Amino acid sequence: MATVIFSSELQKLTGEEQTSVKARIYKDIIAELITRYSSLEEENLMKMAIAIDGEIVHNPLLEVIDETSELHFLYRISGG
Amino acid sequence: MAKTHVSTSINGEATEFLCEPGDTLLDVLRNDLQMTGTKEGCGSGDCGACSVTFNGALVCSCLVLGVEAQGAEIGTIEGIGDNDKLHVIQEKFLEHAALQCGICTPGLIVSTKALLEKNPDPTETEARYYLAGNLCRCTGYDKIIRAVMDSAEVMRGGA
Amino acid sequence: MSEAREFKYIGQSTIRPDGYDKVTGRAAYGADLTLPGMIWGRILRSPHAHANILSIDTTKAEAHPDVLAVATYADFVELQSKSVAASEGAADVLDLARNCLADDKALYHGHAIAAIAARTERAAKDALSLIEVKYELLPPVMDVEDAMKDDAPVLHADMFTAGYEERPSKASNIAVRTEMKMGDIDAGFAEADVIIEREFRTPTAHQGYIEPHACTVRYDEDGQSMIWCSTQGHFDVRTSTAKVLGMDLGKLKVIASEIGGGFGGKTVVYLEPVALVLSKKSGRPVKMVMERDEVFIATGPTSAAKLRAKIGAKKDGTITACQGWMAYEAGAFKGSPMMPGVMTMFTPYECANVTVEGFDVVVNKSKSAAYRAPGAPQAEYAAEMVVNELAEALGMDPIDLRLKNAAKAGTQTIYGPKLKTVGLVECLEAAKNSPHYQSAIAEGNGRGIAAGFWFNIGGQSSVTVNMNPDGTGTIVEGSPDIGGSRASMQMMAAEVLGIAPSNLNPIIADTETLPYSASTGGSRTTFATGMAVIEASESVVAQVKQRAAAVWNVTAEQVDYADGVASNTAGDDKLTLAEVCKSAEQTGGQISGMANINARGAGPSFAVHICDVFVDQDTGKVDVIRYTAIQDAGKAIHPAYVEGQLQGGAVQGIGWALNEEYIFDENGVMENQGFLDYRIPLASDLPMIETIVVEVPNAFHPYGVRGVGETGIIPPLATVGWAVGKAIDRKVEELPCSPPRVLALIQNG
Repeated sequence: MATVIFSSELQKLTGEEQTSVKARIYKDIIAELITRYSSLEEENLMKMAIAIDGEIVHNPLLEVIDETSELHFLYRISGG
Repeated sequence: MAKTHVSTSINGEATEFLCEPGDTLLDVLRNDLQMTGTKEGCGSGDCGACSVTFNGALVCSCLVLGVEAQGAEIGTIEGIGDNDKLHVIQEKFLEHAALQCGICTPGLIVSTKALLEKNPDPTETEARYYLAGNLCRCTGYDKIIRAVMDSAEVMRGGA
Repeated sequence: MSEAREFKYIGQSTIRPDGYDKVTGRAAYGADLTLPGMIWGRILRSPHAHANILSIDTTKAEAHPDVLAVATYADFVELQSKSVAASEGAADVLDLARNCLADDKALYHGHAIAAIAARTERAAKDALSLIEVKYELLPPVMDVEDAMKDDAPVLHADMFTAGYEERPSKASNIAVRTEMKMGDIDAGFAEADVIIEREFRTPTAHQGYIEPHACTVRYDEDGQSMIWCSTQGHFDVRTSTAKVLGMDLGKLKVIASEIGGGFGGKTVVYLEPVALVLSKKSGRPVKMVMERDEVFIATGPTSAAKLRAKIGAKKDGTITACQGWMAYEAGAFKGSPMMPGVMTMFTPYECANVTVEGFDVVVNKSKSAAYRAPGAPQAEYAAEMVVNELAEALGMDPIDLRLKNAAKAGTQTIYGPKLKTVGLVECLEAAKNSPHYQSAIAEGNGRGIAAGFWFNIGGQSSVTVNMNPDGTGTIVEGSPDIGGSRASMQMMAAEVLGIAPSNLNPIIADTETLPYSASTGGSRTTFATGMAVIEASESVVAQVKQRAAAVWNVTAEQVDYADGVASNTAGDDKLTLAEVCKSAEQTGGQISGMANINARGAGPSFAVHICDVFVDQDTGKVDVIRYTAIQDAGKAIHPAYVEGQLQGGAVQGIGWALNEEYIFDENGVMENQGFLDYRIPLASDLPMIETIVVEVPNAFHPYGVRGVGETGIIPPLATVGWAVGKAIDRKVEELPCSPPRVLALIQNG
C-alpha cells in the first residue's frame, strides 16, 4: 500500500499526517483520498504537483504507483 | 501638418524619406525605412539599444530627430558586415557567446565599432566606460567585454 | 538513466544557429513586424494608485477621424457569462482580464483603463486624452505593513484570507496565509547554544528586460486570429487570450517572435487580448508596443517583502532550529510567489525543526510577475544573512558552517519529499578551494558568501525532428529561445543521430505547428525540451534501423546504429543516415520523429557565490571588486551559455542588492520610471564575473542536465548584502544597499 504524506496545509483538511492507500493507479488514489477525507476536494489535489519518491510530476493520472512508494502533494512551482 | 522631405545617406546609400517634425531618427529607421535592426529599449537615451553613428559620432537615434538627418551620414547595424563576411566584431560576439537574448547586440556592435575606431587599444576599464551607455540585462557584460577586447586585438593585427 | 560518459558533440561551446541573425540586426523581435493596413494601439492608464472608476466616456475619442477602435473591460463580453464564472481557474482569468483593462477599480498608478487604435502611433497617443474618466479617489496602500493593518483600505471587497481554519468574516488585503512545518522548533531552539534572529526588507524590483512588451495581431472575419508577440510562452499566450476573449484554441495562432529578455516577466499577457479586441472592432491588424515607463509601472515587478529569519545552532555548528516569517507584496491582484519563498527559505540546510509562515498581500502596485526563481531570492536572502551571522557568532568559517549542515541526497525538505542527488556540497567545496576564496580580503574590503536553491521544473514539451532526403534535418520545437537554447537542442539531437550539429536546423514553431510546449522559464528548457528532442531523435534512429533492416532482409534488432551509420550485425552492410534518408521515398516515405512529453525528474540546482566589495565611506557607493558564481549544472550541454546564465543571474542579483528599487511618492506614483533612475548594473559597474560550473548529474535526464537559469539570482542578495556589512562594520537589513542607505548605516549604526 503506497503511503501518502500530507503537507501541513493539507493536514488542516485531513486531520492526519499521513495515510496508506489501496489504489494503485494515481487517478484512483485521488478518488480514494477524497472519499476518505470529506474536507478534501478533487480540485485541492489536482492543482498541486505530486512527488513520487521524490520525483516531481503534475497529474500523472494513469501512472501505476508502486506499493512501496511515498507520495507528497506539493505546491506547483512555475518559475520565471 | 505636412511632412518634411529629408535626403540623407544611410550606410553609404543615398536615402530619402518623409517624416513629421516630431519623429525621431529611430522612428524613421524602424517604421518608415523598415530598418528594424536598430532597437528601441527606452526612448529616452538611457539604454543604447538604438545606437547609430551620425556623421561619425556615436548617438542614440531616439534622441535625434528625423529631420536632423538631412545631409548627414548615418551608420546602422545593417551597414556592418555583409552577406559574404561578418565584421570581426560580429564574429567575436558569436565566438565569445557575448549575447543571450540579443536585443542589445546591434547597439553594442555599433558602439564597439565606434569605440575601436576612436581607441584601437582600450584597456578593459576604458572599454567598460565607453560601453556604459549600452545596457545588457542578460549577460552581466563579462563575455561582451571579452569579445570587445578580442576584437580590438584582431583589428590591430594581433592573433 | 545517465552515467559519466564521453560525448561526441555535447559539451562544446558551438556558435548558436540563430547567431547570424542576431549580430546583423536581422532577427525579428516583438516590435519588428509590420502588416499591410496595420494601425497602432495605445493604452490609457490610471493616474491614480487607488480609485473607483465611476464612468468611462469614449465618445470624443471615437469621433476622432484617425481613431478606428476603442476598447474597455466591457469588450471582454465572454467573461460576463456564467459558464466562465463556473469554469476552472475562473478567478485567475478574471484577475488577468481586469489587469489587462480595469473593471470598476483602478488599482495602481499605470493600471490600463481603456485602449485606442488609430492610423498612426502618434494619433493613438494623442487621442488618449479624449477619453473622459471619472474617478473617485481612494487612499492607496503601498506596503505590506500598511496593507495588513486592521483598518487598512481594502483593495478587493471579496478578498477573505485563505489558509485559516475559519474563513475571516471581514475582507482584508491578505489573500493567503500559509504555514509549513516539520519537527518541533521550540525543542530545537531550546537545544541551541546560539540563536540569531533578524528582520529584513527587500524592495520592489523589475525584471528589467531591455525589450518592452510588443505585439502585432490580426483578427479576421471568421474569428481566425494571429498574434505575433514577444513572449516566453506562446502556447500560454494562446490559452490566456482565448480564455479572456472566449475563443476556441484552434482559432488563435500565436507566433513567438525572438524575445529581448523576459526573466519571468513575459510569461503573462498584458497587450495581446486588448490588441485583438481593437483588431476585431477596427477590422485592421493592430500593433501595440509599450514605452519604457509603461513597462515599469504596469508590468512585473517582483514582490517587495518583509521577512524575519531565526536560526539556532549548537556550539559545534549543528543547526537545531529554523524559523521564518514573510509577507510578500502581490501587487494589485493576489498571487505573489510567497509559497516558493516558504518552500526554499531553509532548504539548503538539513534541520529537523523548521517552521515558516508566509502571507500573500495585495497593495496598490502593479501586479507582480515571475522573476527568475520567483519568491526564492527574498526568502533565501534573509536565511543566508542569518547563517552568516551565525557563523560569525560561532567563530566558524561560513563555508564550513554550511558544509556541516548542507542538504544532500536523502535530506528531508519542508515541502514534503526528500532530496535526491544534489550538488550543494560540491559547490561549497569548489567555493572553498576557489582562487577567489583563497585570496586575502584586501584592506578595507568586505567579503560575503551565500548559497541558493531552486527546484527547477519539467513539464510539457513537443518536438518533431524532420529528416530531409539529403540527411540534413529540422528540429521543430516550441520553446522561445531566451538565451541560446537552440544551440543545445542542436547538440542533443546531433548526439543521438551521430551527425554534426551543423546538419540540423532548430526552429521555434508556432502554436499551429506543434501540440504544446510550456513556457520557457522555470529552468526547464534544456532539461524538458532537450528530453523531447532526444526522444524524437531516438524515434528517427528507430525508423532508420527499420528501413535498413528491410533493405538487408534482417530484423531491426539486428541493426546497430552509431556515429550516424547503421550496421548489419548479421553481415557487413552499412548505410549512413544520409543514405537511408535519400531512399526514404522508396522504403516507405519520409522519416520524422515526434515526441510529446510531460517531462519529470527535474533536478534542483544549488549555487554558492562569493563577493568582495569596497565601500566609499564618504558617499556610500559600493564597488564590486571581485565576484565568483559557482553552480551545479548537472551536465553543461553548452558550457559558454551555462556560464552566461550564471553571470547574468549574478548581475541581476547584484543590481537588486545594490541599487534597484521602485521609489514611490506619497500618492503611490513611481518616481523613477526609466533606466536612468531605475539603475540596473552597467558595464562600468562590474568586474569580470568568475564562474565555476559544477557537474553532479541529474539521473533523470539522459545526459544528466539540471536547469541552471534561475538559481544564480538567489545568492547575490546575501552575498553582496553581507559583504557590504563587513566592509562598513554594520548590520545590513534593508536592500538595496544604495548610497543613501549605506551612508545612513555608517552614520547611525
